[in-house]
Formats: sequence, C-alpha cells, structure tokens
Amino acid sequence: MDYLELTARFFSLTDANVRIVVAGSVLLGAIAGAFGCFTFLQKRSLIGDAIAHSTLPGVAFAFLILGEKQLHWLLLGAAISGWLGALAFNAIVRYSKLKLDAALGIVLSVFFGLGIIMLTFIQKSGAGAQSGLDKFLFGQAAAIGRADVLILAISGVVMLLALLALYGRLKLLTFDSGFAASLGINVGLLQFILTTLLVVTVTIGLQAVGVVLMSAILIIPAAAARQWTDKLSKMILLSALFGMISGILGAYISFLKPHFPTGPWIVIVAALIFSLSILFAPQRGLVSRLRRHLHNRRSMTQDHILKVLFKAGMDSRSWKEFTPRMQIAQMWSFTKGELGRGLRKLVAKGQLKKEGNMYRLTESGVNAGARVTRLHRLWEVYLARYLELPQDHVHRDAEEMEHIITPEVEKKLEEMLGYPLLDPHQQEIPYFDKVEK
Amino acid sequence: MSEFRNGAPPIEVHDLTVAYRKKPVLWDIDFKLPEGKLIGMVGPNGAGKSTLIKAIMGLLPLVSGFVRIYGKPLESMREIIGYVPQRESVDWDFPTDALDVVTMGRYGKLSLFGRPTAGDKAKAMDALKKVGMSDFANRQISQLSGGQQQRVFLARALVQDAQIYLMDEPFAGVDASTEKAILELLHELKSKGKTLLVVHHDLNTVAEYFDWVMLLNLRLVKLGPVNEIFNNENLRLTYGGKLNLLSEMAEKIGRTP
Repeated sequence: MDYLELTARFFSLTDANVRIVVAGSVLLGAIAGAFGCFTFLQKRSLIGDAIAHSTLPGVAFAFLILGEKQLHWLLLGAAISGWLGALAFNAIVRYSKLKLDAALGIVLSVFFGLGIIMLTFIQKSGAGAQSGLDKFLFGQAAAIGRADVLILAISGVVMLLALLALYGRLKLLTFDSGFAASLGINVGLLQFILTTLLVVTVTIGLQAVGVVLMSAILIIPAAAARQWTDKLSKMILLSALFGMISGILGAYISFLKPHFPTGPWIVIVAALIFSLSILFAPQRGLVSRLRRHLHNRRSMTQDHILKVLFKAGMDSRSWKEFTPRMQIAQMWSFTKGELGRGLRKLVAKGQLKKEGNMYRLTESGVNAGARVTRLHRLWEVYLARYLELPQDHVHRDAEEMEHIITPEVEKKLEEMLGYPLLDPHQQEIPYFDKVEK
Repeated sequence: MSEFRNGAPPIEVHDLTVAYRKKPVLWDIDFKLPEGKLIGMVGPNGAGKSTLIKAIMGLLPLVSGFVRIYGKPLESMREIIGYVPQRESVDWDFPTDALDVVTMGRYGKLSLFGRPTAGDKAKAMDALKKVGMSDFANRQISQLSGGQQQRVFLARALVQDAQIYLMDEPFAGVDASTEKAILELLHELKSKGKTLLVVHHDLNTVAEYFDWVMLLNLRLVKLGPVNEIFNNENLRLTYGGKLNLLSEMAEKIGRTP
C-alpha cells in the first residue's frame, strides 16, 4: 500500500481503528497541553517527567500479579506508582535539604531503573515475551483500543470539568500561592489536586506517547503557546490545540510506518510547532523582534541624517543649500547601505528634497532635525544638572535618548529644566520648530 | 464593622516563635496592636519582618504561640485581613493583565467553585481607579513599571474590603509619585478606621509616615508611638546587632539533628 492511500485512509476516518487512534490522540494531546500550562508556569515542568517515569514499575507490577495484559489494571498500577513517585519527591524536598531539581532527578531515575529491571524480568519469563509491555516505553498509538478510548474520554471529560471548576483558583495558585493561602484557600489541597490531574494525564498518555517522552507533550505545547498570547485562558486553549495537532500527526506518521514508536514522532511534531512559535510569534517571536530592531536602526539613521543637515545650517539659519551625498556620508559614520536607504525614505516622507545627487532639508525636515537636536541637548542638560555629570560624560547617553524620548517626556523635560537655551557644551538648543507652529 | 469592635485588639500576638527548618527566626514575639493606627515595622535585613507578617497570616507553621484577630482565631477572621506581599515574590511575566490580578483579591469572598462576578470586576476596576491605574487595567503585567506593579498589588488588597492590612515593603523600589500615592492611600484607609501594619525600609521617613512603629530584630525590640520610641537609643538596640548569642544559638538549633 502506498503512502497516499494510507494517508487517505487515515484522514478520511473511515477505518474504525483509525478513528479510535485519532480520537485517543486528540483527547490526550488536548488534556496534556492544557494541564501542562500550569506546571510550565509554576516553573515545575519536570514534575511531569518524574511522574511519567515513576509509572513504569506500576505497569510491570500489575502485569506480574495478573500474569496477562489487562489494560485498565496496568493503567491503575501506573497511576498508583506515578502517585508514589510524586509523593517521594515531595517528601524529599520537605524532609531533606535537597532542592526540587535534585529530588526529581533521583525519583525519576530510581523509579525508571526499577521499572526496567521488572520489565526485563517479565520479558525473560516465557509468557511476557509477547506482552508488548515495551510499547509503554516509547508509545504506540496503534495500540489504543476501543476500551481505552472510553477510559480516555471519561477521564478527559472529568478533567475538563475540573479545569473549568478550578480555573480561577489554579491561576491564583500558579501566580501567587502565598496570597492564595492568605485568602484562606487550601493551597495544599489545590496543589494535591493539580498533581493528581497530572498523574491521570500521564497515565492515559502512556500508550500513545510512552513513559520516556511523556513530559514533552506536557511542556512543549505550553511553551509554544506562551509565545502567542499574554492571556492564560488563550494560552491553555492554544496549548491544547498544539497538543492535539502533535498527537494526530504523531499517530499519522506511525500509521504510515507501523514499526516506528509514536512518542518520538509526537515530540518531533510538537518541537516543530515550538520552533515556528519561537520564530514567528508576534511580539515575542525572534523574527518580529529582529524586525523591530531593524526598524529602530533605520529610524535612528534617519534621525542622524536630519540632525547633521540641520546642524550644518543652524548658524546661518538657512537650509536652502543642497549638500552632495558624498559630503553627507562624511558628516556621520553611516554605512553605505543605510545612508542610501535613509535618504530615500526621507525624500519619500517629504523631509528631504533631492536634486541629482544632492539633498536639502524641506521645512518639515528642518523641524524634525531641530527636534532631534533639541532632545539630544536637553538630555545633556538634564544629566549635567540632575546627575551632576561632567560635560564630557553626557554626550554618549544623549546619543541614545534623542531617538526614544516621547513628546510627553520632552514636555516634562522642558518644563523641568525651564527651557534652557544652551547645552553643557554651550551650544544653542533650538526651539523655533515649535514657535513657528 | 462594629461587630469587630469588641474591645479586643485588631491583632494580638502571644509568645510567638517561628523557625525555618528548626532554626528560629523570630523569638517569643508578644504584642497587641492598637486599632485604627498606621504602624510601620522596621528592622535590619534578616530581622524577620516578612516572616512576622506571614506568621500573622498563618502562612508559616508556628513553633509556639498564637495569633488572635479581634480576640478570635485567625481562621475565622481571614476575610477582614488584606495582605500585600513583596512585589518580587511573584513572576510578573505571568500571562495576565492588571485587572485580572486585582480581581484575584475577591477569591476569599467566593464560594468553593464560585467565579468572580461582574460585581467583583467592577470592584476591581474601582480599586484600580483608586490607585490611579484605571488606564492600565488591560495592560499585560510585565509591561508595567515597578511602581505600577506595586499599585496593582495594593489595589488587589483594597478589593478584599478588609479591616486590617498587612503590607510587606509597599514602598520598595517605587518612584516618587507612587510613593506619594501609596502614602495617601494608607492615610485614607486609616481615616476609615482600618489598622495597618506596614514593613518599611527607609528610616528617614518613618517619623513622617507612621503613627506607631514596631522595631524588630529577631525579637520585638520596641512597639509604641513614633514620638515616644523612635529614637537613637532604640534604633541602636534594633540595628546594633549586639545579640550575637541569639543568632549563634539559632544557628546551633538549626544544625542540631
């Protein structure tokens, strides 16, 4: 069967088995994505990792007792031992001087080691060879059966209700647990509930994602969602969505290649979403930050062009002369590209007039140049007067401030300093762009 | 509010000792606060000022002693205490806005699964207005200045509609105009008969800002009206640190298995 046909079979959802796998992956991704937000924001993301690894001995133990693979008992075993793991790292933090990171590392590795020993023992003993317990390590979405989806769906609904009922309090707990406690909210109980919900999430994710990589689907969608929004409710929805997408695509890829485990593919898809978020999210994304940075640099270049041309004509109060581009280039340390772009932009804005290769300021250009010059010199006066800095110390700071002082700050400065006429270098501070208006 | 005016002091702390990991950080604290006063708490770093506030709020286990609010145990009186933690105690990059943080102050009045109502939001909005922050209601909290964040915390305590306010360094790291605004707010609360206990770090402004002062350094050094006890001798007692033996023994207890 070729990939195209498989793809069609997967996404058309005609196959009952596919429907079950998709339903399971969607539910799991959504639940893990949503609850992952809280541990992520509490900066305790690795708690999910420790709990997930702690489930393994429980799975193996349940199998040893039953002698066969009955999923709900295995999951119950997983939940109990995941819980014991959570209990263990909390106890370590409470009763020793170890910090949480060390406690998590210890619990994670000890429980996992124990689980692997038990698993190996089971596989060496005849009946266990076909148990398929090793699927719990890296997950196999195809292993999700009809009964499992029922378990998933029931726990999903219960957890969704819990989230709706406790949303405000979980938010308060996550943001400021001390204040929450001061209001009389039972913070210990709330944290206990959150941990339990996490244990349940991990447990129902064991089949699809597996013990080893379970934490990824708790952390990565939340981290990705944080890039896009500054609102917790939106972050939770987005994180759930990202979790779902990762779950479905992971299941799809392992449907194409059944001998691959699902967990790693889910993680790869989630990581892809995360990378796109880190790069392209508005505000927080690297690309938009880079663009803002470039935009700043360009407007600074324009300010510098206006300033040097303004200062050149300041003594004679005349800006009618055209200046050749070569000469402007020498008035400031412009790079070639940025000067050309800055000149073009200023001409387009109507602040420069161009003739051949020569430029002069228009009236609005003169005013803009006067403003930049004034802001620079006002800031120098401010530094000299209020910080009592000597005059050779004030120029560099003012060089930055001239670009970022807003009209409100400008007004404040002028009033505070009483419209000074000279800067600390005894140069004139121009105001006439204001008077003329 | 008259139901609280039963003659009992707003806060009574009796023989209170608090320890972190067995190491005592507050010894045998004993005091009664007068009602309707603005009380500053000062003392050197590590004197246990925040610890005392948290202990009064019941956020820390007590080694010994008890706290009474208007003569009653804390648990039944939480609703009438407003708390302003230190600004640095939370992560301001949390995805939420100013109005939402202030609304959190209403959770003490909600039922078990209750959600804030429109009325709660309106109260939060009022409180933001009172601290001069109504224009910033929908601003993401990481984009607020330090002074603005502090105002948000104060607004959150205001919506608690409390009778007693415990504030941990509300003046720390704020700009001059915020300092003035906070001070006005404290005086307004006082004029309504509220009792305020405020951790303060600037000795220069104690006499100007507060009616009473509590001098603390692991133990209660002095408590009383500013003009009576805020003097060099008592400050020397508080900041002189000549209680090496006390700290030494505290360390020792902490190390004892």
